[in-house]
Amino acid sequence: MKWASPFALKRAGILGMNRRNVAYIGQYNKRSLYPLVDNKLKTKLLAEKYQVTVPRLLGTVVQQHEIEHVAELVTNYASFAIKPAKGSGGKGILVITGRQGDDYVKASGSVITQEDVKRHMTNILAGLYSLGGKPDVVIIEELIEFDDRFDGFSFQGVPDIRIIIFQGYPVMAMLRCATRASDGKANLHQGAVGVGLDIATGRCLNAVQFGEVVSHHPDTNRALNEIKIPYWTEMLELAATCYDMTDLGYIGTDLVLDKNKGPLLLELNARPGLSIQVANGCGLLPRLRHIEKLKRRHSSAKERVLYAMDAFGLPDELPPVGQTGS
Amino acid sequence: MMSRVPFYTIVVLLILAGLGLAISRHIQMEIPFLPGEERPVWLVEARIDFNARNEPVLVSMDLPDSPPGFRLFTEQAASPGYGFSVIRHDGNRRGEWSIRRAVGPQTLYYKAQFLQAGDIEELPEQTPPLAQPVDWDEPQSTAATQLLAQASQRSSTPESLTRELIKLLNQPEPGQNAALLLSNHSEADLLVKLLNQAGLPARESQGLYLEDARRRQSLSSFVEIYADERWLVFDPKTGEQGLPDNVLMWHRQGMSLLDVTGGSGSNVSFSIIRQTVPALQLARAQAEEHGFGQFSIYQLPIEEQSMFKLLLLLPLGAAVVVLMRIIVGIKTSGTFMPVLIAVAFLQTSLLPGIVSFVTVVALGLLLRGYLSRLNLLLVARIATLVILVVFIIAIMSIVGYQLGFNTGMTITFFPMIIMAWTIERMSILWEEDGPKEVLKQGGGSLLVAILAFLAMESKLVSHLTFNFPELHLVLLAMILLMGQYKGYKLTELKRFKAMVDRT
Repeated sequence: MKWASPFALKRAGILGMNRRNVAYIGQYNKRSLYPLVDNKLKTKLLAEKYQVTVPRLLGTVVQQHEIEHVAELVTNYASFAIKPAKGSGGKGILVITGRQGDDYVKASGSVITQEDVKRHMTNILAGLYSLGGKPDVVIIEELIEFDDRFDGFSFQGVPDIRIIIFQGYPVMAMLRCATRASDGKANLHQGAVGVGLDIATGRCLNAVQFGEVVSHHPDTNRALNEIKIPYWTEMLELAATCYDMTDLGYIGTDLVLDKNKGPLLLELNARPGLSIQVANGCGLLPRLRHIEKLKRRHSSAKERVLYAMDAFGLPDELPPVGQTGS
Repeated sequence: MMSRVPFYTIVVLLILAGLGLAISRHIQMEIPFLPGEERPVWLVEARIDFNARNEPVLVSMDLPDSPPGFRLFTEQAASPGYGFSVIRHDGNRRGEWSIRRAVGPQTLYYKAQFLQAGDIEELPEQTPPLAQPVDWDEPQSTAATQLLAQASQRSSTPESLTRELIKLLNQPEPGQNAALLLSNHSEADLLVKLLNQAGLPARESQGLYLEDARRRQSLSSFVEIYADERWLVFDPKTGEQGLPDNVLMWHRQGMSLLDVTGGSGSNVSFSIIRQTVPALQLARAQAEEHGFGQFSIYQLPIEEQSMFKLLLLLPLGAAVVVLMRIIVGIKTSGTFMPVLIAVAFLQTSLLPGIVSFVTVVALGLLLRGYLSRLNLLLVARIATLVILVVFIIAIMSIVGYQLGFNTGMTITFFPMIIMAWTIERMSILWEEDGPKEVLKQGGGSLLVAILAFLAMESKLVSHLTFNFPELHLVLLAMILLMGQYKGYKLTELKRFKAMVDRT
């Protein structure tokens, strides 16, 4: 049979798109708070206020004519990322890792001209990548120097860590590793590898690509079950703080581990996807219901993280599924 | 959590209001629930022949006025050179033909369609009719009195008196009294006189036996008596009481059936055909008469009606999109673009529509590939695409016309701006997520558009949405319910299949 019965899915505690929209996003995320996360510039400024570390802002482009000066703006930096402030799903992000004369080298290694970069910015300003096609702002950010401990776990691109924060409690986490198939992007539906992480330890639980269980990275062949995220507790605390920062009850936080700065908040998402369940091999619903049933909620991010680690972590050192999987 | 009770109350109220209104309109205005439903009507043509005497002519004929068991649907008079008008006098309708001068044999026509309308309670007369005084010649007077005495002896009520009189007049060998009276009067006429003499208000009326494809029929006489506040009909030949179902009462009151001044040898004959007409047409014709009709779309000018016809389909298309996205989980590019494509399909018909749409988008994508290298501002790029789309459509029209298809003409119904945006979105999608995603979303949009088209094109659906706009309340309730659906989408059953297998 190619289809699962809805009852089986329910028994497995899998959160579906409709329930997510109605019962979680619709109920816990106030519409008026969306701009805080939909606009990366606002998120960035807010994060600085709450001492959540974020990649350094190198500059912004608000008006079309400013694009001509972009070369001057970024001339001091060898590498940087260009992003739309209101982009979603990693759309419209251009990562420049180096220079070749007047040209720029993309993360994939391909070389693009200054004209290409300007056109990209023009598109961003016109709202091509923004939600609803509204005019947008270009953000130029310092590039993350990602920790070498992740070498071999990601093909180009930065592996990022997605943590779902519900009512301030981290409920589920995964590491998203880019692959050749995903063209260096960390989107699961494009072929990135999703690695489910144990909330208590940051260890690999399970890994999938295109919905199928994998044990090794398809491009680098590194065993994925070796993954154990360093600074795990700090990372969870950083993510949990985003609840206090935005007041959004159900968010996806995207973090990276920078070699020098440690955990950084990359962006927030008020409508996080559901693939995290596939990566973890585990449904979200029981954990969300657990939090909903709490009589008294913890007020500090630290307490909430400790509680979640205890409640949602694996009780003992079970062998990760990836090891035994097909 | 918002309370469920008000929400479900609203949903139930919407459904009840929608269905209730639809059903009450169905009953009151007889708007059929199914399209193409037909009702039998009788087309009766009265033909008046006479010889004109080269002087002003005025022909006046009694016209049926709400005959019991029937409803007048349409009427018209055809008579070249004659002026025609319908005159109402004392609740009686007469048709009048007039001409300044006419010579020789003349023929006038009056046509009317009658709908068999079941039993309609006749209202009692406002001023109860009184028995008319009767004048007899001397020998007749005696005969009449004796005949009446004979009949009243054997009867107790006005009805039984009438029946007894009919029996007496219809005996195979009528008595001397009856024979005397019948020699000077027709049966019906005599009966009316006798009844009036007995103090019973009575009148002679004339009706037409309706049988399909009959020509040159004449009216049959009936006798009506007024008793118990209503007119009772008797057949003076058989004594049968009550009006047969297939008799259309043509002439009931007033002086005469036909008066011709300025002519002679006048004669009326009738032809009858049984027809069927769309029930909807009947309903519309009545719309003006009923209270509900005042608020119906039928009151709008035809041009606006046809616009509404299309407009009222849109909610259904939207409901299909809601269903496909929320319950099934098909990805589409642009939320309600499929509805717009489907509306365009309605104008172009399906297959040419799909072919043109796919061709235009594919050609547009090719051209857009070049545009992306020009480094244009977004708005300018879309504008360029709009112009290119217009060109593509123009070329397709010309080529299509030369090849003998006229799809080109119909393709213009596609909203240009939306096509241009579709191409732009698809092109970005191609660059960002690859051709697979383009096929997925483009195919999804097209699939939903086709389903919406099939739903909107259905005869039944367009009939219901247009004639029962209140059913949209039910649709609204369904959409509200779907908006609250928290279960899994169909596609998720597949997406998360592997996870269930593992646990």
